[in-house]
Amino acid sequence: MAYTPHTDPDRAAMLAAIGVADVDALFEDIPAAVRAAGWEMPAPLTEQELRAELSRLAGRNRIPDVTFLGYGAYRHLVPSVVGEVIGRAEFSTAYTPYQPEVSQGTLQSIYEFQSLICELTGMEVATASHYDGATATAEAALMACRLTRRDVVAVSTAAHPEVRRVLATYCSGPGIEVVEVPAELAAGASGQTDPSRVAELLGDQVACFVAQQPNAFGVLEPMRELGEAAHAVGAQFVAVVEPTSLAVLESPAGYDADIVAAEGQPLGIPIAFGGPWVGLMAASMSAVRQMPGRLVGATRDGAGRRGYVLTLQAREQHIRRERAASNICTNQALCALAATAYLTAVGPEGLREVAELGATQARHAAAALRSAGLAERRFSGPYLAEVAMTLPDAGRRHASLTERGIVAGALLERDYPELADTILLAATELTTDHDIARLVGALGDVA
Amino acid sequence: MSIVDERHPAAAGDPSGRGSAFASPSAGAELTIVEPTIFERSRAGRRGVRFPQPSAAARAAADDEPGLPEAARRRVAPRLPEVSELELLRHFNRLSHLNIAIETAFYPLGSCTMKYNPKVNEWAARLPGFTDSHPLDPEVLAQGSLELQWLLAALLREISGFAAVSLQPAAGAHGELTGMLMTRAFHRSNGEGGQRTKVLVPDSSHGTNPATATMVGYTTVTIPSNERGGIDLGALRTALGPDTAALMITNPSTLGIFEDQIDQVVAAVRDAGAIAYMDGANLNAILGRFLPGAAGFDVMHFNLHKTFSTPHGGGGPGAGQVGVSARLEPFLPRPLPVLRRGDAAEVLRNAWNGRATDGATFGLDWDRPRSIGKVRSMFGNFGMHLRAYAYIRANGGDGLRGVSNDAVLAANYLRVRLADAFDLPFDRICKHEVVFSGRRQKRQNGVTTLDMAKGILDRGIHPPTIYFPLIVDEALMIEPTETESLETLDRFVEIMHDVARQAAEDPASLRAAPTTTPVGRLDEAGAARRPDLRHRFGVAPVPGGTPAD
Repeated sequence: MAYTPHTDPDRAAMLAAIGVADVDALFEDIPAAVRAAGWEMPAPLTEQELRAELSRLAGRNRIPDVTFLGYGAYRHLVPSVVGEVIGRAEFSTAYTPYQPEVSQGTLQSIYEFQSLICELTGMEVATASHYDGATATAEAALMACRLTRRDVVAVSTAAHPEVRRVLATYCSGPGIEVVEVPAELAAGASGQTDPSRVAELLGDQVACFVAQQPNAFGVLEPMRELGEAAHAVGAQFVAVVEPTSLAVLESPAGYDADIVAAEGQPLGIPIAFGGPWVGLMAASMSAVRQMPGRLVGATRDGAGRRGYVLTLQAREQHIRRERAASNICTNQALCALAATAYLTAVGPEGLREVAELGATQARHAAAALRSAGLAERRFSGPYLAEVAMTLPDAGRRHASLTERGIVAGALLERDYPELADTILLAATELTTDHDIARLVGALGDVA
Repeated sequence: MSIVDERHPAAAGDPSGRGSAFASPSAGAELTIVEPTIFERSRAGRRGVRFPQPSAAARAAADDEPGLPEAARRRVAPRLPEVSELELLRHFNRLSHLNIAIETAFYPLGSCTMKYNPKVNEWAARLPGFTDSHPLDPEVLAQGSLELQWLLAALLREISGFAAVSLQPAAGAHGELTGMLMTRAFHRSNGEGGQRTKVLVPDSSHGTNPATATMVGYTTVTIPSNERGGIDLGALRTALGPDTAALMITNPSTLGIFEDQIDQVVAAVRDAGAIAYMDGANLNAILGRFLPGAAGFDVMHFNLHKTFSTPHGGGGPGAGQVGVSARLEPFLPRPLPVLRRGDAAEVLRNAWNGRATDGATFGLDWDRPRSIGKVRSMFGNFGMHLRAYAYIRANGGDGLRGVSNDAVLAANYLRVRLADAFDLPFDRICKHEVVFSGRRQKRQNGVTTLDMAKGILDRGIHPPTIYFPLIVDEALMIEPTETESLETLDRFVEIMHDVARQAAEDPASLRAAPTTTPVGRLDEAGAARRPDLRHRFGVAPVPGGTPAD
């Protein structure tokens, strides 16, 4: 299948205009020594052949009938209107709005996105998006290093392992040391990060302390106290949050976070084997000139009409090159548009319902497993919509359930060896009573 | 087909160009607002999507569990908009009409490869088997996603000539970061980490190259271009030394020129013990003609959203896969998709014939002790991977060669057709794009390239990239791509000649352009001086307010 429109007479006309005999003449500047000798590539496919091949691959994935797997990626209802908005070619086939007069649709939607993220987080300024929550967190940490002129980053081990892995990679670049503050994981412990441990471990070279709310085990952290411990040594407090939870949980501004980073996937973006998703970042205006990534601002044209432009670009790589705040260029604009449409579609009441339904069904699942005598909550700390449970012989039973089309959450042992026989169950508004009954029944069957 | 007829719907005779569809519901604001923000459309109590209520049984069971502690609860609710679904759609549909996009008009934005994004790829990306595939599902459930990634990596290896490919980076600049982190890991493994501190970049490079080098703790040395637009080989040889970590070079360059001494460039870099990095942003010009890995490069990032047609999305998502030579392979980000069981050649042969291979299983290899680690959560922008896979399979090897042939043909056609109207600083065969200079118009007519770009907007198409690369005065960088018809190219030639004529005959009118777009030239200096970066509730939407509520 070819997507080029040219007929052979078209090509002949262009070659004649150029004054060359054939198209090979246009490649003669490639040194003969390094010209490609050939390649082993498959033959072209027609649309029906291509559909068959992609259907074959999609069909090889087995989508579970029932799943409690979250752990950083959450299955939510994506309202039909969201797909409709991002499916519009005027949005999806435009690029970075370098010409604002013909890009007002993209620019205004990003301004609205920034505004919505500010509302969710309570912060003063939000960027136009990042690759994902993990890279947004890493960029937030580097930003804190620039703001404080310090070169140590501290992070709770209860921040998601994927976030910590990416943070470590990014910090390895400029040689920033990463210090981990161990969370309370012993049997019967809270599952939280203890603010007094933070106070002990943080020195005056620490640029920021990174904590996640809810944390990787679904447990709610004492964010205000953790922030105070960071601030006590002059460090910035970086809060990693889950956006739908902000309908019911205190906003990061409410506990004095300095920089907020988040994975925006739960806001109307399919899990899609890990992406594309969207990273969110917000901060205070006093820090805006050290923020990485694009920002859209409102302004006026000569006739006084309101319009939007990319602004404060002196931070960015295409202007500042080696002195830029980050190398980020292309980000995740269409996913940010999905989040904008999602938050608009559900509104404040809908987002609260999403958060509360997830919280209710997580409790429902935990209570059902407990009363069936199958599993107990692993941690004493409070939780929202994801709950860690101790399940004897978890590995074998998890595998048995997978064969029955049920994913019994995440096994935490791979990332946390001390959390053997611990499953992490996530609930959302899509989790039904029937799902919980099937989980409990199946776990009982493989006891 | 006429390009000018493709402009977005502005009513004829409406001097604002906004058209009646853009009349604001609020009469007083009509003169100043094209489309109100979604917050201004909000009315308390209006609803869009609704969710089910929890059952009595669920509530009762939940009551047995601890609730949310008061201290964790939000005190002030977020002020999200409250609109119906129809109002939501009208809002975003109207906003969409304010954009130029590939599917509405010619978009020759140089360096960005704004080609047609095939619809069948969008169909594929929305298959529930892909959208509902959880990245942490047990591998046995995700065989389709894993096989697709393994197959795409195989195709990208063949297309680039590299030994191995990582799909993890989420954009071109992210691929650069990955490549530079691997560069440093490589030098460290040789005990040269402390000594090799400099990254060489040509003066025509993308801004992301030096910015990336800084993020990895390197200092940047700029290498000048020669009079033919290529890298100055003498200056490169002088700069190379035991302190050189890498050369980052875009090839074809941002001037649209193939580095015709690239073999000597690569040899000089490798002789100096440095890493040869190729910025693959311009791969669309050389598919099947030049395999960077086979030519001796150590590492390159692909831009799937450029060469392999994944939609640009108004600024992402992109995807910046990296290919590497055998000596960098141990340092690739982890995990890598692998074939756990089965014969690779047989699996590929079957897949190219649309068949699954019995017993073949795929997985993720985490056991890579020398890896730089992860650069992104999970496994990258999978939705972009599957679109690129679909694009490559649709074209096949012959089709991809044809892509580059036609892209280069179109750019050279425009080079020849426009050479009478604009200065051509480097008058030689180009690749997928051609860079003109507006210096003649600036000198003779007092019209800048920016003015001409705005004049192009009034003719209903997107302008070329302007003021890049930095080494060309008043640069106009034109990349037509292979998917534009000869009629469109000819119409573009007419438009550019028309703009040049307007510059000569009526420069003042060009300096006042654009006049037919939804808004005119915007006050960018004011936007930066008084940042208005979010909607302010209860305050008239005028720039210049205080930063916080």
